[in-house]
Amino acid sequence: MSYETQLIVVILLPLVVAPVCYVVPSPRVAWLLTLATAMSCFLIAVQLLLAVLDGGGFSYHLGGWAPPVGIEYRLDVFAAFVLLVLTAIFLVCQLYAGSLTGKSGIKEIPLAIAPTFFAATLLCISGLMGIVVTGDVFNLFVFLEIASLATYAMISLGRQRRALTAAFQYLVLGTIGATFFLIGVGLLYAETGTLNMQEMSTLMPELVDRRTTFTGMTFVIIGLALKLAVFPLHLWLPNAYTEAPSVVTALLAGTSTKVAFYALVRMTVSVFGLETIADTPLPLILLIVGALAVIVTSAQAILQVNIKRLLAYSSVAQIGYMVIGVGLLTVEGLTAGFVHLFNHALTKTGLFMAVGIMLLNTVDAKLPSVAGLGRRMPWTSAAVVITAFSLVGIPGTAGFISKWALLDAAMAQEAYFIAGVIVIGSLLACIYLLRLLDVMYFRAPEKVSEHMPDETLTVPFPMITALWVLAIACLWFGLFTEHSLSVAKLAATNIMGVQ
Amino acid sequence: MTDFVLQHFNYWVVIFLMMIGMYTVISRGHLLKKVIGLNIFQTSVFILYISIGYIEGGTVPIVAGQVVGNTGDVVYANPLPHVLILTAIVVGVSTTALALALIIRIRDAYGTLEENDILKLDQDSDG
Repeated sequence: MSYETQLIVVILLPLVVAPVCYVVPSPRVAWLLTLATAMSCFLIAVQLLLAVLDGGGFSYHLGGWAPPVGIEYRLDVFAAFVLLVLTAIFLVCQLYAGSLTGKSGIKEIPLAIAPTFFAATLLCISGLMGIVVTGDVFNLFVFLEIASLATYAMISLGRQRRALTAAFQYLVLGTIGATFFLIGVGLLYAETGTLNMQEMSTLMPELVDRRTTFTGMTFVIIGLALKLAVFPLHLWLPNAYTEAPSVVTALLAGTSTKVAFYALVRMTVSVFGLETIADTPLPLILLIVGALAVIVTSAQAILQVNIKRLLAYSSVAQIGYMVIGVGLLTVEGLTAGFVHLFNHALTKTGLFMAVGIMLLNTVDAKLPSVAGLGRRMPWTSAAVVITAFSLVGIPGTAGFISKWALLDAAMAQEAYFIAGVIVIGSLLACIYLLRLLDVMYFRAPEKVSEHMPDETLTVPFPMITALWVLAIACLWFGLFTEHSLSVAKLAATNIMGVQ
Repeated sequence: MTDFVLQHFNYWVVIFLMMIGMYTVISRGHLLKKVIGLNIFQTSVFILYISIGYIEGGTVPIVAGQVVGNTGDVVYANPLPHVLILTAIVVGVSTTALALALIIRIRDAYGTLEENDILKLDQDSDG
């Protein structure tokens, strides 16, 4: 298969397998199908990244219509990088989801609807990958909605009835965000007469002074910011992450906000163009909301009692770091943002998985419930420690690299205030994660459950494997940074050099 | 001034519907009414797109018989926005369907669709 064909296959494969998964009678078969699809997508993504690093980007023309008339799928270093992160996280999450159908019978999702769940995850990843590869702004909207609809359905699978209201709240806000994006695309189309990203970016500089263009850009950015859960628009995220099943939360934490970040960078830096953006208040706004996100939501995380909600607030704070990286408008800043995207996807997915495993053995998701689990689940807890360190940014873990890169970029711009925010944010992260570790390791269980307090609990094999893959990746990319950093740097120079 | 208002009649309608839709979503506590508001909001965008494609005196964008070589005389409406909006309508319908499905399940689980009542029920189950 040529690389162009692989580009379309990677999108179509999950889209085609999804309905098959829905009709197969056995959850086990549905899982194996999904796992095989995830594996194929991952291998294709690896190949595509290597090809792009080797010979530059390429594009696939849908239906043989050449752009700008036809829709094109375009792959550059940044797109290939995000595509690889997506497929890797998806693969690991599917491995983790194997426990849903196994003999051990983890009843987080009822067995009867497990095939539907796998179909939804496939649709979701297909939409997310579509956002990454498409070179057409309207196509981006369609993929955004495919991914979002699947996500609403997955969130509503949560065990408590609150999952339903969380899904509904996300649906309303997500639809408003997508519609804002659609309004922006319409206004930009009225001005430029094209939907192709490349052609739009060449036409942008002449049209930027017009009010319609400016309004269109504003709508697009606000719409995507809602999807990304940038600070004041993040209200849907804590509820959705808390109430969704753990496997869904892990998948969303590693993919959905990352893709929204990709779309924001793609639209602002590569379609609107750096010079256009630099003249608007956007960089300043991004720096301000990013800094607020880091400080305010980290502080909110400290106050949470529910562990998943605590981590969800921390996710909003991490999005703040990435947004700061874009706001700096330098190659170093973008590089830091991209590396943080990668590292945070590994870290937070791992952390949500670990918490998901622990919550299998507790009455609820409150902090006191995990008391003493450090001794009873040694391997899971060790993975929590590694990923938590990575989230704080302790040297030797992946999180340290991206925070250091961001700090470096901020200092290079003499943005000392931003540098201070990054340091304070890490200290706050230290506080809320130490609360978790403290309860896990140093508190005696409040009440004796049906297990003996000292008995070691068994963990389903697929779950612990998936978790440790991510935990080791957190250490690996903290010690051997040349690959993740160099690809991110190449992606950043590439996306900025186009202009 | 009146000319300006009348010439942009479509766009005033768009803005009017958009505001009504947004206001309904924000102000109403009943989940079903929120969905209705969302639909009005989306409809306003459909009209925006179709207005963009309209050309005064334009005809339907169909190649008729001998038009080839003589296209300069034929003014036709831009078909692309219409096609885009067909897709967006499909997306809107799917979203509404999913929202209604969620509403049915919320009604089953809580016995009410009023946001405040749901919030209260959640707080009670916490306490």
